Amino acid sequence: MEAAVFIVSAVIVLSGAFGVLLARNPVHAALFLVQSVFGVAVLFLLLDATFLAAVQVIVYAGAIVILFLFVIMLLGVDRAENLDVEPIAGQRPLAVLIGAGILGTTLSALLVAVGGPTGAPAANSPLGDAGDNTRRLGEALFTDHVFAVELTALLLTVAVVGAVVLVRRLAGPLQPLPVVAVASEPEDEPEDTEEAPDEEAGA
Amino acid sequence: MVIAADPLLLGPVDLEVFLIVLLKVVVSFALLMVSVMLMVWFERKLISDMQNRIGPDVAGPWGILQTLADGIKLFFKEDLIPENADRPVFKLAPYLSLVPAFLVFAIVPIGGDFRTGDGTVGWFGHRTFLQVADPPMGILLFLALSSVAVYGVMLAGWSSGSKYPLLGSVRASAQMISYEAALGLAIATVFLTGGSLSTHEIVSSQSNWNWNVATTGVVPFLIFLVAGTAELNRPPFDLVEAEQELVGGFHTEYSSIRFALFSLAEFMNVITMSAIAVTLFLGGPDGPILVERVAWLWPILWFSLKLSAFLFSFVWLRATLPRIRYDQLMDLGWKVLIPLALGWFLLVAALNVGRDRGWSPVPVVLVSVAVLWAGTAMLGGAVRKARAERRALEFGSDEALDAGNGA
Repeated sequence: MEAAVFIVSAVIVLSGAFGVLLARNPVHAALFLVQSVFGVAVLFLLLDATFLAAVQVIVYAGAIVILFLFVIMLLGVDRAENLDVEPIAGQRPLAVLIGAGILGTTLSALLVAVGGPTGAPAANSPLGDAGDNTRRLGEALFTDHVFAVELTALLLTVAVVGAVVLVRRLAGPLQPLPVVAVASEPEDEPEDTEEAPDEEAGA
Repeated sequence: MVIAADPLLLGPVDLEVFLIVLLKVVVSFALLMVSVMLMVWFERKLISDMQNRIGPDVAGPWGILQTLADGIKLFFKEDLIPENADRPVFKLAPYLSLVPAFLVFAIVPIGGDFRTGDGTVGWFGHRTFLQVADPPMGILLFLALSSVAVYGVMLAGWSSGSKYPLLGSVRASAQMISYEAALGLAIATVFLTGGSLSTHEIVSSQSNWNWNVATTGVVPFLIFLVAGTAELNRPPFDLVEAEQELVGGFHTEYSSIRFALFSLAEFMNVITMSAIAVTLFLGGPDGPILVERVAWLWPILWFSLKLSAFLFSFVWLRATLPRIRYDQLMDLGWKVLIPLALGWFLLVAALNVGRDRGWSPVPVVLVSVAVLWAGTAMLGGAVRKARAERRALEFGSDEALDAGNGA
């Protein structure tokens, strides 16, 4: 039973991950990411980590990927990318290098783990009751690891303040928003030439 | 394993237990479908009454079969997919709306005596909860599924390949994400008071003489109602499908059975949201048992009664209130509901800590209120200052213009 659930959700996770890589449309890629996130949530359920499973869906599927989609839709980049353009010089060889490095690290971790799970034995022992899960997690987060939790909160606050500072309006008359590069992009697309030109200005 | 709290599943799972679970699933599915049918009729009829019209009155007595007729009509209509549509996503979106709406109902306890008993009923010689599942993550499942439901609306608008649906879906996702935060914080106070995430345990903890009204029944309840209405995209928060501005919003391009699925999901969400509100804040099926001989029936009756009160008020809101403006929507969500929910949550948390440590509640409340008041004053001051500066910028005092030109 457990093996069957594991295999099905592993297939869902992996096919979602491949979909993210192979989909040409950014919206489709984001949807494959959601599929992957759901597979991971089922894997958490299989480990009796019910709270983590729910939070995985609420935070990743419900907030983060939604924001991805939001940005993709608002900026109008939801069309297939031109793969001939390389925005940053030398990014492809660098990506191959880093990818190989990550693959190597993961494989070596897997090979070490053949005899059993890695890490501290205390971290891998079963917790017992699944209903107790949330309580244990809360205790661990707000006693042993409270400093890390607070630091993460601070980091997020800094990110929010930074975003507000970046988009704040400077003194003086109203400036147009700096979206010229994005907004002018559809003009190259042949499908938009059929539309009336004044719609371009409104968009 | 996951649903272990139900006494039915603690013993060996044989064929009989399996059939009982299957029966529960089928009954709750049928119950939900029939209530949606009645809800659509109820809403149309009630709104007609409030607007001095007659409403549906042809199909069946009092027009009660109108929804059935509409459903059959939609089912046989031609299914159109726009040429610009993203076909797989366009076909997927209605199901992403519908399935979460169904699943949420699984965690709602609709019966069982929580006051004298442990909330179980006897079915074919087994004791069981009157709800399909009672997972330990409980009400988090509701939050997770309502975040999945955002995808249905968002993708429907995007995949239609047309302007109005896209605008509708962008509005919808911004609105639903904003109000989900307030919704979650209101529910967090219920966890804190009930001491558990499971809906069964929450209802048990409320089955005393007062349903925990003091801690959860006023502030979090009202926040939940407002945020829930916004989450449902119901009036006065129906900017998502504002007919006057966006044709039909995210489902403009949908027709035939796919449109019916969206409609079904919308009304089903109204019912499940009301059921969740009853479960979290009004004691679920708890109520006095008046006739001892049919004791099992009373909790179900009380539950239906409370549910109907909510359904009535949702229709009432729709008939009464005009749609609010987009900036008012965002102001209400971010500057009123979220700080209020957070402040109340902190107050209840402080009271809980005080009770554990044996402090007297009076100084705890006084200190908490003072701290919260200081926080509110700082927040309000920041908002006022920002607003004044923005106004100075937009209406351009001369000094501001000069400073801008000099820079």
